[in-house]
Amino acid sequence: MNTGHFRTPLLHTPFHTRLVAASTCNEWYAWKGYTAPARLTEVEFEYFAIRSSASIFDITPLTKYRIRGPDCIAYFNRLLTRDIVALAVGRVAYCLWCDDAGRLIDDGTLFRLAEQDYRLCSQERHYDWLRTSALGFDVSIEEETEHVAALALQGPTSCAVLKALGIGAIEMLKPFHLLNASLHGRDLMISRTGFTGDLGYELWMQPDTAGGLWDAVMEAGRNYAIMPIGSEALDMARIEAGFIQANVDFVPADQAVRPGRGRSPFELGLAGHVDFRKANFTGRRALLEEQRRGSRYQLVKLDIDGSTPAKDSFVYLRRRKVVGHVTSAVWSPTAKTNIALASLQTPYGTQGDDLWVEIYYKRELKWERKMARCRIVAETFYDPPRRRQTPAANY
Amino acid sequence: MNSDRDVIVIGAGHNGLACAAYLARAGRKVLVVEAAAAVGGAAATAEFAPGYSVSACAHLCHQLNPRVIEELALVRHGLRWAATGLDTIALSATGRHLRIAAGGASVSGAGVSAGDTAALADFDARMKRFARLLVPLLDQRPPRLADSDWRDKLALARLGWSLRRMGRTDMQEFLRIAAINIHDVLEETFEHPLLKGAIGLDAVLGTHMGPRSPNTVLSYLYRLSGACTSRAVGIALPRGGMAAVSGALAGAAQAHGAEIRTGTRVARILVEHDRISGVELAGGEILRAGTVVSNADPRTTFFGLLGAGRLEAGFARYVKNIRMRGTAAKLHLALDRLPAFNGLEPASMGNRLLIAPTLSYVERAFDHAKYREYSPAPVMEIVIPTLNDSSLAPPGKHVLSAIVQYAPYDLRSGWEQAGEQYRDRLIDTLAQHAPDIRDCIIAAQVLTPVDIERRFGMTGGHWHHGELALDQFLMLRPAPGAAQYATPLPGLYLCGAGAHPGGGVMGSVGRNAAGAILSGAA
Repeated sequence: MNTGHFRTPLLHTPFHTRLVAASTCNEWYAWKGYTAPARLTEVEFEYFAIRSSASIFDITPLTKYRIRGPDCIAYFNRLLTRDIVALAVGRVAYCLWCDDAGRLIDDGTLFRLAEQDYRLCSQERHYDWLRTSALGFDVSIEEETEHVAALALQGPTSCAVLKALGIGAIEMLKPFHLLNASLHGRDLMISRTGFTGDLGYELWMQPDTAGGLWDAVMEAGRNYAIMPIGSEALDMARIEAGFIQANVDFVPADQAVRPGRGRSPFELGLAGHVDFRKANFTGRRALLEEQRRGSRYQLVKLDIDGSTPAKDSFVYLRRRKVVGHVTSAVWSPTAKTNIALASLQTPYGTQGDDLWVEIYYKRELKWERKMARCRIVAETFYDPPRRRQTPAANY
Repeated sequence: MNSDRDVIVIGAGHNGLACAAYLARAGRKVLVVEAAAAVGGAAATAEFAPGYSVSACAHLCHQLNPRVIEELALVRHGLRWAATGLDTIALSATGRHLRIAAGGASVSGAGVSAGDTAALADFDARMKRFARLLVPLLDQRPPRLADSDWRDKLALARLGWSLRRMGRTDMQEFLRIAAINIHDVLEETFEHPLLKGAIGLDAVLGTHMGPRSPNTVLSYLYRLSGACTSRAVGIALPRGGMAAVSGALAGAAQAHGAEIRTGTRVARILVEHDRISGVELAGGEILRAGTVVSNADPRTTFFGLLGAGRLEAGFARYVKNIRMRGTAAKLHLALDRLPAFNGLEPASMGNRLLIAPTLSYVERAFDHAKYREYSPAPVMEIVIPTLNDSSLAPPGKHVLSAIVQYAPYDLRSGWEQAGEQYRDRLIDTLAQHAPDIRDCIIAAQVLTPVDIERRFGMTGGHWHHGELALDQFLMLRPAPGAAQYATPLPGLYLCGAGAHPGGGVMGSVGRNAAGAILSGAA
């Protein structure tokens, strides 16, 4: 469908004409080689569609690999830090993979589509690393980013939208499960996954059925206040949910040039996804050593005084000593707090530390600066129970 | 670990034996397991025709580490020299040979100019000064750059200091030539084509490089490093062939209490909870030990015996990318009588004879290897060891042994196809210098890199278990993460030519590896 792609500066996803029609502001950005909307209308409207009704976001540019073969389980258990032996067909797992030094290369979602058939989705491209990791294993690896169109349907009414679309028993689908449905005779895979920390689904389909599906979802969602959204609204939601993003909250280990720039799963608050009971996975020895010696950094959630987002701020101890920096920051409209994720040097970042952020902001072309006190919070900024409930709430 | 041994050494090559001997000497209980019926690996003597034996792979000893000879009392364990300090004779088809005297500093022969004579003395002295810089590095664990400890820093500081101490002229010259090619250096130094050809061949013997390939000065210095110590024997022939070296090493190992089991093939290295637990033999028998030292090449060790899936992915990629395409073949001839070489008196034939008439000849021979063809006009290093060692053939008869380049491992037409034709080509080449050689031949044997791989278990048939070049040298040999003999897998060590300092019958790898194991927790 995209022949001569190297002559095309940015590809269009199969939803592009729909996105163009929905866009009132013409705000686009480049997402892994695709034209993607930063915003379609107003970021606040789009954000509240995620939190109050239903949002639809084109995730076709997400990097997707199809991995098949008899050694899949052994392969993934060597590649990933978690144990995937228990991942059944029809289930999805959040997973991490590291280099030999135990530094995170990327995180992603692993879909078990059939006995020996998996899909791995991630932000960055990893064909080289996946192939390198396949040395000694009987698996085939194919990049299928272009061959699978995908939509994220997220928000409290998302389940109702799918029901209106005629997907039976969708409310019984548990988080991190997937089901195969058929819509107008065409295959559609639905997983209860997402990047918003809310009730939501991701829809996976053949590119040639994508346009029709978009129209059908929009039609079904008409009474549920469905709204197409861009990445800015999604970014607000994912920070509220405390999800990290490659090249925002950490530099992928294979892209880091300066020594020490990469981060381990421990340093990103992802220790729960590392399973040392597995005898052997890439990065295990280094991570064990780190566990013994202690980590250099930790990723914390900050609640900051005031309402100005602390974008790219330094974090200070007692307004003096720089002890870290903010990686993601936003004013949370739902939690009504000024929130941020920050990477702090060890040993700083225990509850009760006198921490401050230095915020730069512009007022009528003039840069201003202020120090704002902040606190470390342990719990997720916004974590509605409907995110996990099955049957899914029907709003 | 419930076992009566501390260490299993896989492979009784000369480095494996040296390592076992040093470990046993330090009180470790060592078992050496060797797949072949005899010890020695590529340092072996084999009968290739009834009554005719020859060093099956390496055939001259010029780098054997004097410390190993001394510390392991190899003479007491039977090492004898049939000849030491051999001259090198650069053959000319017309009989106008050049003779480079033992030591390499002087040359005589038809058409050698006074300029060349002076230049050689100067060149040889300088190159040995440079090679001497390497010697301390070769005799120890290579320094680490990242996570370096005081020993690493000391080793690097010493290297820096010895560079400075050479003085400005030498230091500049060293830095100028260290990574360039031998062809350019020889062209700017010498006139006589035979002299340039002979030194050029020394720089590329056993490698997948031609004289114009970068790094060939380094490989030349590496070769010279064996000749720089005061106790060096020069180019030497062990009595009874190369098996004498391995035999003495095996004797030393056994005298110190090591056990050697030949005819015992290891099927795989066993791992429990990410730690070495022993080896499984081809017959299924399991031998337990907390430390396993592999004399096999890195790819055989990590992929063949351990399994790539046991390694972390980044390290596996390093191992996969080690360059180890063998290009050297062996020719063995059983001779009814001594052939007559054009213009060469029989008394000189016991020396090391080279067919490398010009640098361009050597480079052209290499060109074919780049395209996976064998050289139609090959270069050769020839020895007739029976002139110094009568034990290898029946009375009055002789054997000839030649290392032949270039014979790429992955020959495009396949070695099965090329076999006979190739042998004839080699004999034709010899016949240009010794016209009656065909009439003298009783039996002939060619070992191609594929044969060498099969027979000695060296991946790619590469004598050095991996190309010796700057990117596979010192802390990069065989791969970052395994360059200090310890591998990323706790309990597994390397002691073969794939590890620092590298190939050649030196014993240094085995000695250094034993040092690393003894100084570690093993």
